[in-house]
Amino acid sequence: MVGDLLENAVRGLPIGCVFALLAVGMVLNYKTSGVFNLAFSAQAYVSAAVFYLLRKDWEWSLLPAAFVAIAITGPLLGFILDRGLYRHLRTATPLAKLITSLGLLIAIPEIAKLALGFGNAPQKNPPVLWTVKRSDQFLWPEGSRFVLDAGEITTIVSTALVCLGLYVLFRRSSIGLQMRAVVESPRLVQLQGINAERVSLAGWMLSSFIAGLAGVLLAPLFAQLLDSDFFTLLVAALAATVFGNLTNLPKTFIGGISLGVLQAEMVGFLPTDSSLTAAVRPSLPFIVLLGLIIGRLVVARVRGTDASFESEVSDPLGGVDPPPPVPVAMLRPAWMTLGTRIFGLVVILIGLYLCHQVLDPYWLGLVVGGACLGVILLSMVMMTGIGGTVSLAQATFAAVGAFATAQLVDRTGMSVLAAMVIGGLIAAAVGGLVALPVIQLPPVYAALATLAFALFFEKTIRPVEAISGGNVPIRVPRPTIGGIDFTDNFTFLLLVMVLAGILSVAVILVRRGTTGRFLDALRGSPAAATSIGISPGRSRLVAFVLASFIAGFGGGLLASFNGQANYESSFVFLFGLVWLTMVVTAGSRSVQAALVSGITFFLFPALLKALFTWPGNYLSTNQSTSGLARTLLEIPDPTWAQSVAFILFGIGSFTYAKHPEGIIEFQTTASLNGTLRRIERRKARRTGSDPDIGTDATAIGLDDRSAA
Amino acid sequence: MSAASYGVTGTGQPVLVATDITKRFSGINALTDVSIEVGSGELVALIGPNGAGKTTFFNCLLGVLRSDRGEVHFCGRQIDGMTSHARARLGMARTFQRLELFGGMSVREHLWVAARSRSSRGSLVQDLIGRSQPTADENERVDATLELLGLTAIADKPAESLSLGRGRVVELGRALMCEPTLLFLDEPSSGLDTSETNDMGEVLLTVQAERRTSILLVEHDVPMVRRLAERTYVLDCGMTIAEGPTAEVLDSDLVRAAYIGTPVI
Repeated sequence: MVGDLLENAVRGLPIGCVFALLAVGMVLNYKTSGVFNLAFSAQAYVSAAVFYLLRKDWEWSLLPAAFVAIAITGPLLGFILDRGLYRHLRTATPLAKLITSLGLLIAIPEIAKLALGFGNAPQKNPPVLWTVKRSDQFLWPEGSRFVLDAGEITTIVSTALVCLGLYVLFRRSSIGLQMRAVVESPRLVQLQGINAERVSLAGWMLSSFIAGLAGVLLAPLFAQLLDSDFFTLLVAALAATVFGNLTNLPKTFIGGISLGVLQAEMVGFLPTDSSLTAAVRPSLPFIVLLGLIIGRLVVARVRGTDASFESEVSDPLGGVDPPPPVPVAMLRPAWMTLGTRIFGLVVILIGLYLCHQVLDPYWLGLVVGGACLGVILLSMVMMTGIGGTVSLAQATFAAVGAFATAQLVDRTGMSVLAAMVIGGLIAAAVGGLVALPVIQLPPVYAALATLAFALFFEKTIRPVEAISGGNVPIRVPRPTIGGIDFTDNFTFLLLVMVLAGILSVAVILVRRGTTGRFLDALRGSPAAATSIGISPGRSRLVAFVLASFIAGFGGGLLASFNGQANYESSFVFLFGLVWLTMVVTAGSRSVQAALVSGITFFLFPALLKALFTWPGNYLSTNQSTSGLARTLLEIPDPTWAQSVAFILFGIGSFTYAKHPEGIIEFQTTASLNGTLRRIERRKARRTGSDPDIGTDATAIGLDDRSAA
Repeated sequence: MSAASYGVTGTGQPVLVATDITKRFSGINALTDVSIEVGSGELVALIGPNGAGKTTFFNCLLGVLRSDRGEVHFCGRQIDGMTSHARARLGMARTFQRLELFGGMSVREHLWVAARSRSSRGSLVQDLIGRSQPTADENERVDATLELLGLTAIADKPAESLSLGRGRVVELGRALMCEPTLLFLDEPSSGLDTSETNDMGEVLLTVQAERRTSILLVEHDVPMVRRLAERTYVLDCGMTIAEGPTAEVLDSDLVRAAYIGTPVI
């Protein structure tokens, strides 16, 4: 019995080391840059992909390949990320950094695939770092029952070396101390005469080196090289970072090892033929992650402080930043608001006319799908823009709604529209349960908890046949209301537009109403909001539940458009991350942003595909083209479309740190200020006074401050 | 020692009674057995050097921190274990040492949000049917407070565009909209120049006179305390070292020693 326990523990050690390496790298990254870098797995993927290319395709020998993949590619990527991006975000909010890392998580693997020429073919059987296989002479201990092959021993040894090195770095060296200081306040550190830029760069390169090492070590765990597998493993490893409170390296290390061992013990001891074991096993790390976060919350409650969450770093010199821009709504005269609305209505009507008269069925289908998705994305406006909670599980709530709608229609034969509403209510109930812990968490932890829930759903709930129909998606017909059949895509589009309109108005009413104003207050200053009696839990819970309802309802709508509730094609949690970056980039508080993002998500890749297909078609009809023109036209490949679209969606999120109000709001403000200035100037010209005095200051509302 | 023995104004009933509040932070005794009483309509000051534990004490009274020991009674009701927003609803309002304003809201909206929170009138259903605009009664009360504090001229300006002094007055207005029985002011003069501090003092006296609100004032500015406070408590190293009528306390040797240090003879 004890022997089994020990043997399982030894078996779990290598995967525990991989968890530990990933988690320690994340914590190092967080400690030295203040970025909770979800793109860490993408960096690991890049090194693994380079190693694959060098070993398998170019047939390099082991050492040079490993050196280039780990010691060159890793730090180089860190160098690029710091110099090119995060250097400019040093004083951005934790939320801005999180959103940026989400964008990178989406963009980096796609860039790597294009750059390495991987195309759409899967990279099977990633190469191992060590070629000696199990049962060779490197077994440890020799002649015993414990079985570790040389690759696994390499993993353990390198993890131990890395962790030891980091411990020495932070405890004994001055650069370690400087790294910790730079996170607190880069500006204060600069005032001390230390080059914060260099310290931070060193932190990025070091953590990226660890990402590279982890990537190469863990690639052989999978049958093929997929960036999504890397991310799933990273989220699993996050349980260890939470165990270490996002900052404590030794505790994180212990957490990672324990997680691996715990998993191995479970595999060893739970009955192998139980369906419960089969269902729970793949999501064990996510259950642990969720459990640890909730545990921390309970501890914080018992102690009566927030001291258990030390993730939020606030800059003592943060007060020197200029105030955020004033929202357009506060400046806009009423006639201008009316004008914008009429303009919007005209745009929608022209769009509908084009859909009816001009678009062929393929493009019309994309627009309708995008409009359905727009409804799901409205939930992100409610959740993040208004409620202030970062949820990475919106695709999951949409899936709950879709499955519920499908089951209700399939089993009871009820009206599809009614089923969608009930599906939304079920999603709202699930959302309410998830919200109870999540709304009390700081942004990074809230993001982690919802991510853990999304993965738990994907690994454990989604495969249950009674819920999702298993491998065969359940059919969802188009609704029929009062004799009108919505099977035709254009009529369905009209229905979706009406429903999206109703929900948009509801979202706007909540935003402007008491609930929205209380949430604004909570976002502006939680301390001050509670000091005037606003209950943070209640307001955020309302927003969370409403958002889950909208997501669930939209999920049902999308399923009805597709004709089936298909998880893989519509609701994978990674889509949720892409959607969130898109909505936040466009403007997390605006309903237009949600609808535009939804349609863009469907339409943009198709547009790119058309664009990349055109040169090939041109060449086949114009055989005479030759020379440079031909060479250039032969470059684009239609299979790039999806990758390029995701790269652009990801890169778009970089604007968030600078314009948290979103591109749409930013552009509106810019054009509004321009218009107001023109009006002032015209007035001034008429009265004959100096046109430039006072206009800018009143436009951005800064006159009192500059006077003081 | 009861509050009445110091000639508490108003009804003489204590609004706030805190006894033996003790708070430790990982081995450091931030507060040891600190007690305080504030009478109805009274203006009491709490002073002490930096690091004396004033803000920690404040946070324990307001429910932001939970004390390790001790009891807090507010209007005769024991409130230990209540959240800070629940305490706010009972009639405890506060301002902050570092400005805590709501970004994107005008001065008027700051006051209105507090009034709405106080009246508990808003509900999701009313939001959804578009019936959550400010009521005539709310507007009237907001206007009255704006007038009282001299904020009418800047009522529709975004709060983040205001100077520090104005910002503090907005915080005061927001707190007043909660119709507090007891107002906690955390260093209202910090960061203000002499004339702004004087203005703030005037405003506080007006508020106390017109609204009959009890005030507990944490302050560094000794002239301001001398001018405003009827009684003063002095904290040093987490312990009460003096309490009594303001003039007596401020002139005592013990307080001078705590602030300036013991003279070497």
